[in-house]
Amino acid sequence: MRKNLDVIAAYSIMLGLIILVGFLQSWSMALSILCLCLISAVMTIGANIQWGYAGLINFGIMGYTALGGLAAVLVSAPPVEEAWKAGGLNMLLCAFIVFSMILVIRLILKKFSKSKNRNYIIAAVIIAGLILLRLISAPAIESIEAVNPATTGFLGGMGLPILFSWIVGAFFAGGLAYVIGKIALGLRADYLAIATLLISEIVIAVIKHEDWLSRGVKNVIGLKRPVPYEIDLQGKEWFINLVQKFNQGSLNLISNSLEKQQALKQLVIESSTVFVKLCFAGLFTAVVIVLLIVTQKALYSPWGRMMRAIRDNEEAANAMGKNVVKQHLLIFVLGSAIVGIAGAMMVTYDGLFTPGSYRPMRYTFLIWVMVIVGGSGNNFGAILGGFAVWFLWIEAAPIALFLINLFTSGLEETNALKVHLINSIPYFRFLMMGIGLLLIMRYRPKGILPEKIKRV
Amino acid sequence: MDFLNAIILLLNYLIVPALAYGSQLALGAIFVSLIYGILRFAYFTAGDLMSFGTMFTILFTWYFQSLGISLGFLPTALIAIPFGIIVTIFYVLLKDKLVFSYYRMKKSPPVMLAMVSIGTMFVTQAIVRIVIGPFDRRFFDGEKFIIKANEFKEMTGLNEGLAIKSTQVITLFVTIIVVSILFWFLNKTKTGKSMRAYSDNEDLALLSGIDPKRVVMITWVIAAILATVGGALYGLDKSFKPFTYFNNMLPIFAAAIVGGIGNPFGAFLGGYVIAFSEILLTYAYKKFFVYLLPESLEPDGLLQLLSTDYKFAVSFSILVIVLLFRPSGIFKGKVL
Repeated sequence: MRKNLDVIAAYSIMLGLIILVGFLQSWSMALSILCLCLISAVMTIGANIQWGYAGLINFGIMGYTALGGLAAVLVSAPPVEEAWKAGGLNMLLCAFIVFSMILVIRLILKKFSKSKNRNYIIAAVIIAGLILLRLISAPAIESIEAVNPATTGFLGGMGLPILFSWIVGAFFAGGLAYVIGKIALGLRADYLAIATLLISEIVIAVIKHEDWLSRGVKNVIGLKRPVPYEIDLQGKEWFINLVQKFNQGSLNLISNSLEKQQALKQLVIESSTVFVKLCFAGLFTAVVIVLLIVTQKALYSPWGRMMRAIRDNEEAANAMGKNVVKQHLLIFVLGSAIVGIAGAMMVTYDGLFTPGSYRPMRYTFLIWVMVIVGGSGNNFGAILGGFAVWFLWIEAAPIALFLINLFTSGLEETNALKVHLINSIPYFRFLMMGIGLLLIMRYRPKGILPEKIKRV
Repeated sequence: MDFLNAIILLLNYLIVPALAYGSQLALGAIFVSLIYGILRFAYFTAGDLMSFGTMFTILFTWYFQSLGISLGFLPTALIAIPFGIIVTIFYVLLKDKLVFSYYRMKKSPPVMLAMVSIGTMFVTQAIVRIVIGPFDRRFFDGEKFIIKANEFKEMTGLNEGLAIKSTQVITLFVTIIVVSILFWFLNKTKTGKSMRAYSDNEDLALLSGIDPKRVVMITWVIAAILATVGGALYGLDKSFKPFTYFNNMLPIFAAAIVGGIGNPFGAFLGGYVIAFSEILLTYAYKKFFVYLLPESLEPDGLLQLLSTDYKFAVSFSILVIVLLFRPSGIFKGKVL
């Protein structure tokens, strides 16, 4: 028990802070912070597997998150039958062409020995394939996007429950990671970082501009939730009774029955949002706990030991007969798949998919700050980092406002400097993140909860 | 006549803009490459350092404008750039003292330094947004065009107009001057040679009595100069918006790596490679072929290889291809 004291202490402080937000600001706010903290925690588990276990730098987190989000759309959005009729067949044909192109290239790679001619043949296959794709897809895309462009204009999804998309998102992200890993994992650490960063930008560009697939910047809204809607809850008998029971004390103080009705109504509306968020938080907590158990088990298994050995000394591990390339690829895929789950969770929580909002600051670098601040190599640390950094990211504005008011208390309300500072409060969160990261890297380079290695 | 028209069309929409954009990227790529060669880490603050320098250039421009100083037909920003540079030099040296020198002393791995540079990226971004705000700003004044499309048409009697913005010419001029001074400095002066030696083999350079502190300091100074000049030129030509500058970090990295990271001359050429391929691949060639081909062969489509939405994606794909087949870059890296 004693050795886990720091973990328990850190998590209690974190939960205490969130509860404090509940008392000071509102419970709905506290719960939405909690939900996003949990999603961030899933992302940091994914990033931590790659960086903490294996020492791989993946700056492409944004790309996998977006792919997970795309999975949520493709799984849960209702299919647009008209669009399928207009161009579905052509798009399926295109998918078939891409698939056969990959097969042909693999065949060529296998059959011919490495030579200049082989490269030319592969290039010719790719170019011919691209021209064919363009010819087949261009009219289809045009007709798909012409179908009711204000509301649909895309192929739609499968109309399945959105929870399936969490698994599908993992597969999407894992698949992309497999391709990227195959081509880029041989690169040196900093090259890998830059390459993954740029590839994730390409992924975003595709999602943003292929309207037939994802509606692009027109966004997909109104995705079905796995939890009840507020409006439905407000009409349900059992929910109203539940709220009444909870607030018995305060309701009894009101003597006028009409006012009592009004107060109850207000309370029901407020508690319905809290209830919905509680449901979400429960779902997300389940995911985090499952992932935590699995990753912890993996970390202390022979496989985890091998990963750490590879991370700490690649050559030695290689000499011991461990297949470094294969293990790196495996862990790259696993970590990215977890990030994909988080991407799908995020879209599930928001109920909408906005490709324009995926920016590297928020979805790549912030996640890295979380992992490094929390403690790379330690799952509890990474999750704590997700919580702490997200909490700061959200609460930075009120804190900054408080600090500015404190330091400029001598100035008048209309003072130009004060007004300017107060107007630029949203940007203080960048400052806090940067300074926080720099301080942690300087004085506690292993993070708040550093990696613990069991020694025998 | 049609042939001339086609050439002018390409000049107007392809070559002149690509040259200007390429120069702006090249200035950024050179300093990223220098930092990589000498300080040995990927400097993720690149884009934001450019926006920092540009911000101060803008502030000084406003100050000079309020004093009534102007350069006539040239933009006032040109006098403001040196002042912007001074502030930026001050900023990077302070940052080095407070942040980077510690990790250099400890001989931390390059990855660690790259992470630290992400920390400074957050801080720089915050400073820029707090001081000047995240909005789009134009600070260009003076004569906008050297040749206007209409004037050109009248002058030559061609169908196609050629418009050359003065910012494009200024960009090219300033780039040529700055880059030639830089390469003269690196190749001919003693300090420059010592920097190249340091980049080539640190231990050997230290043994032969090169002062590492001096080398590092000069690298930062050069980085600040190039960042401010490149950023200000980009801002003059297009507009200043912190978010765009942050995004420009990506093609800059692409240029530096394509040219062979650690090799400033390669990075310089890499900037143009990236700019030209971005614009060449996303340009709609329909009109060009309409001029060249006989009427019966006129193309139906736009003849655009990729839609302009994929402008960034082009440079990244080039980068990925280069990384796969020639990781040391087209012009062989690591030889400053």
